[in-house]
Amino acid sequence: MKNRLKVLRAEHNLTQAQLADILEVSRQTLIAIEKGKFDPSLPLAFRISRYFERQIEDIFHYEED
Amino acid sequence: MKTKMSNLKTQTRKNTLQLAYWTASWLVTTAIATFGPIFLWSDYKLLTFFAIIINLGAGVGVILANIRHLRGLDELQQKIHLNAMGIALGVGVIGGLSYSLLDTTNLIAGDAEISVLVMGISMAYLIAIVAGNRYYR
Repeated sequence: MKNRLKVLRAEHNLTQAQLADILEVSRQTLIAIEKGKFDPSLPLAFRISRYFERQIEDIFHYEED
Repeated sequence: MKTKMSNLKTQTRKNTLQLAYWTASWLVTTAIATFGPIFLWSDYKLLTFFAIIINLGAGVGVILANIRHLRGLDELQQKIHLNAMGIALGVGVIGGLSYSLLDTTNLIAGDAEISVLVMGISMAYLIAIVAGNRYYR
């Protein structure tokens, strides 16, 4: 699954550590999500979408293998 | 939010310290239950029984502290630990049965020792945790 998290974070002038604090996850988790190595759970995806005030589909894009 | 994350970090640190405390307690009580009958109270079975009961109690403490520690981690860290536990379980069952077969078929000198299996499981868990953290960094 691809996502626009890195772009949105840059638009909000946030560091990875700051956004990780806001989302209540470790920095390692945020980095893994940004790189597309780890897909967040639905509750975490909702927290991300609410913080950036976007729909989940605007942030995460499902791609078939 | 900052405070919440700080609380999360503080809680994780607290859970880790509690896990370390219970693990150390279990280790010490295991040593006492193992070597006590040999070096401290000779063949006094009641004391040995109590030492084993205390060791069992500390073991329950380790299990509960481990559950609390895992629940306190975030979802990626939980996934890394879950993968590591799966690998450790595989090593324990498959490796353990193969090791037992080596013993029963007399392909190894001496008896198969449970301590070897525990060390194998621990090493598998440790390596899987390190590999998981490296993959997701």
